Amino acid sequence: MSTKGIVRGIIANLVIVEADGPVSQNEICYLHTGGTKLMAEVIKVTGKDAYVQVFESTRGLKINDTVIFDGHMLEVTLGPGILSRNYDGLQNDLDKMDGVFLQRGDYTYPLDNDKLWDFKPLAKVGDSVQAASWLGEVDENGQPHKIMVPFVMEESYTVKTLVAAGQYRIHDTIAEVEDGQGKMHTITMVQKWPVKKAIKAYKEKPRPFKLLETGVRIIDTINPIVEGGTGFIPGPFGTGKTVLQHAISKQAEADIVIIAACGERANEVVEIFTEFPELDDPHTGRKLMERTTIIANTSNMPVASREASVYTAMTIGEYYRSQGLRVLLMADSTSRWAQALREMSNRLEELPGQDAFPMDLSAIIANFYARAGYVYLNSGDVGSITFIGTVSPAGGNLKEPVTESTKKAARCFYALQQSRADSKRYPAVNPIDSYSKYLEYPEFESYIQDRIGDGWIPMINEVKIILQRGLEVSEQINILGDDGVPVDYHVTFMKSEMIDFVILQQDAFDAIDMMTPIQRQEYMLNKVMDIVHTDFKFDSFTEVSVYFKRLINVMRQMNYSEFESDKFKNFEKELSDLIAERAVS
Amino acid sequence: MATKAFQKIYTKITAITKATITLKADGVGYDELATVNGRLAQVVKMMRDDVTLQVFGGTDGIPTNAEVTFLGKSPTLKVSDQLAGRFFNAFGDPIDGGPAIEGSEVAIGGPSVNPVRRKQPSELIATGIAGIDLNNTLVSGQKIPFFADPDQPFNQVMANVALRAKADKIILGGMGLTNDDYLYFRNVFENAGALNRIISFVNTTENPPVERLLVPDMSLTAAEYFAVEKNENVLVLLTDMTLYADALSIVSNRMDQIPSKDSMPGSLYSDLAKIYEKAVQFPEGGSITIIAVTTLAGGDITHAIPDNTGYITEGQLFLRKDSDIGKVIVDPFRSLSRLKQLVAGKKTREDHPPVMNTAVRLFADAANAKTKMENGFDLSDYDERTLAFAKEYSNDLLAIDVNINTTEMLDKGWDLFGRHFTKDEVAIKQEMVDKYWPKA
Ligand SMILES: Nc1ncnc2c1ncn2[C@@H]1O[C@H](COP(=O)(O)OP(=O)(O)OP(=O)(O)O)[C@@H](O)[C@H]1O
Ligand SMILES: [Mg+2]
Repeated sequence: MSTKGIVRGIIANLVIVEADGPVSQNEICYLHTGGTKLMAEVIKVTGKDAYVQVFESTRGLKINDTVIFDGHMLEVTLGPGILSRNYDGLQNDLDKMDGVFLQRGDYTYPLDNDKLWDFKPLAKVGDSVQAASWLGEVDENGQPHKIMVPFVMEESYTVKTLVAAGQYRIHDTIAEVEDGQGKMHTITMVQKWPVKKAIKAYKEKPRPFKLLETGVRIIDTINPIVEGGTGFIPGPFGTGKTVLQHAISKQAEADIVIIAACGERANEVVEIFTEFPELDDPHTGRKLMERTTIIANTSNMPVASREASVYTAMTIGEYYRSQGLRVLLMADSTSRWAQALREMSNRLEELPGQDAFPMDLSAIIANFYARAGYVYLNSGDVGSITFIGTVSPAGGNLKEPVTESTKKAARCFYALQQSRADSKRYPAVNPIDSYSKYLEYPEFESYIQDRIGDGWIPMINEVKIILQRGLEVSEQINILGDDGVPVDYHVTFMKSEMIDFVILQQDAFDAIDMMTPIQRQEYMLNKVMDIVHTDFKFDSFTEVSVYFKRLINVMRQMNYSEFESDKFKNFEKELSDLIAERAVS
Repeated sequence: MATKAFQKIYTKITAITKATITLKADGVGYDELATVNGRLAQVVKMMRDDVTLQVFGGTDGIPTNAEVTFLGKSPTLKVSDQLAGRFFNAFGDPIDGGPAIEGSEVAIGGPSVNPVRRKQPSELIATGIAGIDLNNTLVSGQKIPFFADPDQPFNQVMANVALRAKADKIILGGMGLTNDDYLYFRNVFENAGALNRIISFVNTTENPPVERLLVPDMSLTAAEYFAVEKNENVLVLLTDMTLYADALSIVSNRMDQIPSKDSMPGSLYSDLAKIYEKAVQFPEGGSITIIAVTTLAGGDITHAIPDNTGYITEGQLFLRKDSDIGKVIVDPFRSLSRLKQLVAGKKTREDHPPVMNTAVRLFADAANAKTKMENGFDLSDYDERTLAFAKEYSNDLLAIDVNINTTEMLDKGWDLFGRHFTKDEVAIKQEMVDKYWPKA
């Protein structure tokens, strides 16, 4: 018997329900009003009263309307067919909905019930299995999609039956397994999991160490992120958070990309819908959309499901990670999620923390980021979730609760700077304040030594020192005037400008420059650093900037040319001639 | 809005604040409308049998035995082609002396468009103002505000934009509009012979501020009718959204909500997003474009209202007075149209993006030269030339009184480059320079 209740109070999307039986925290319930069912989640219980946040508009809801509790928490449905889909924050399939407008109470099934999948068994009868063990696989958009023992099955089991290779629907029985007490369990291709709970069906979560190539130089070269790493991009409005995230999601070396559009603009999601089916995955040549799932809970969609959307995305990520895949998860913007928490906390009249955010904001953010990571599965395979969130700080001021809490949780910090965006130095990542903690990991260091070489990390550190020095010198030039400082200062400044223009700045809209593979990044950085280490002869400061602007121009032309093409080599030749003009040996 | 006869009348109010009243009632729906001694009110909170109503006209003079009647519906607007050419108050009642509208009654603040049903915006909106068309091109289906200090002529610019935009319908949502400004809009539209394309929902400074809260939803409900049912291109003008947000804070503060930054409600982002996200390109061809005004206090864009707006809209148009030429210009640094790349160089001449970027870059060089001059350093020949360029660029292109087509703007740009700079300094792709550099 499920618990029932009646509506006792309504304040916007917070509803107080008097329950006639047991209810649990985070349990889902449905409010029945005027012929529709509105989904809601319990967020607080006092006595008989359950406080529920409704995932829809409560317009027209009445006191005494009936509520039926569902007996379980907010869950996602996991199985083949998630890729290429467009879901809302509660995993409703947006494409299955009728009409141009979203209708309240219209809940659609996230998977395709009738599609036949080519199943190949991986386990055999008699095998001992546990949660997340791979029983077989199907082909999902050209990638193997593992059919696993459901995560909720917490014991160890023996496989009693397993279907032969062939075509099956998601709800067909794939296997039967027996638990320690001799009880049989049926397994299909579909399972459910509560979104707010981390899936822990893996052996170990070591520190991540493998470079995740994004093709974005200011990330890969300067502050790299790793497979299973975490990062965040704070920045005032219009500084390029979304453009940077889209670039990463197009280019990163990931098997699965999940994009959670959390409380942002619908037109930005439309851009993904429009472009991704046309664009190629640079690593496999298939269409980008084939590896992508979009969770679109845009700013005009219900606030409570905005909060759910990031968890929905993370849970889907964990599902694919358990299949031994590299998942890249993007959330734009986590501030909107935090604001959803704030709206609710305010309505609950909880004691507010800083800027009226809930007191436990830091813990909530930390718990969420902790679900990312690189894992060794029980089978010995590896999988990862790399998570990058954007933060939209109020007034562009980084000293606000969401940015500060996220800084404690994420290991890479890509701070977008208004002044860089204003001067069109894109991506506007501040090269001085941003950091990647992974550069300090010995595991990463030895990985990068094998992959690129011993000198790489020391060189990156040198680059950062030059950028810092360039900034200091430019401040002095501003105070003292161009001829108030030695010519050397101008050289130092222009060398840092050269690193900025050739390495840091990157045109996200140019077909070639937008994505730079790591070998090319290494090649260009070596070129630039050779120039940095060269002494040049100048008679006056006016010559310095003219000369370096020429160097920069040629190297930018190289960036715009196909790597090692004739065009590229011609510019390279031009560059060496230019260097020879002024270099003192 | 007439009350229905069969409804129960309550006469026992248990609490009154400046904007709300509370009474015991049953059978009421959330968001439902009521009248309180004839004033329109809306349910904002229900707790057991206590119902709290937000009274749009304010509660001044409301007695505890006022007559309260529930109307059984949330705010609605009657929509039909009859809306065209008419002026209404915030409740959708005619204020032009004309007859009531006949049409189907729809709830305002209706559902959102399913994101997968949207189309990517791609139609350029030409305004003749180069500060907009050249540097910050607008696209139908876009949402963009003017950020301006209260003394800037934003309403004039907006009226010009509206008239030149070739929209099928222009819907004016006026919030806290002075009566003079309201009459100004009326006259401009009338003189342009455009009245039949205009629909206005106006709350003037003479009306209670809380009424303003209905204006955006009324305007957008009318817009959706024409964009969805008639596949028309509708331009919605919302001025001034800062006064709208102020009204939001009045209501939420009186309901004891914990204010967040700048005494604004914590839900400000969602409240504003719900309005602005109604801008859309429909697959069937209709569209809703929103041009709004957000007035600033002392140019401060970090205040919660412009800040949240900037995070929602697709760019902003920043007006400022250029003291060098004594005119108001569209500031090329702080303005941005995020959708311009969808049309610039695609629907306009191919040299549009480089001309736009180069001119702004050179204008930035001029700003640096100016700082240099003010700090007492010597100016180079290049500095002098950028300053001369900046003055002409500002006067001939950035000023809001410019009215030319995009091709003329581009030609003007090349003309300025040619007269003040060398080809090297301009550094535009060679093919373009060969084609467009002014012949000596
Ligand atoms: N890498 C880039 N290259 C070229 N232009 C860029 C780049 N990044 C950003 N821009 C420009 O800046 C505009 C704003 O970028 P974006 O939408 O990513 O900002 P945002 O930080 O996500 O802002 P918001 O917080 O309001 O969502 C883009 O429309 C584009 O014109
Ligand atoms: Mg963004």
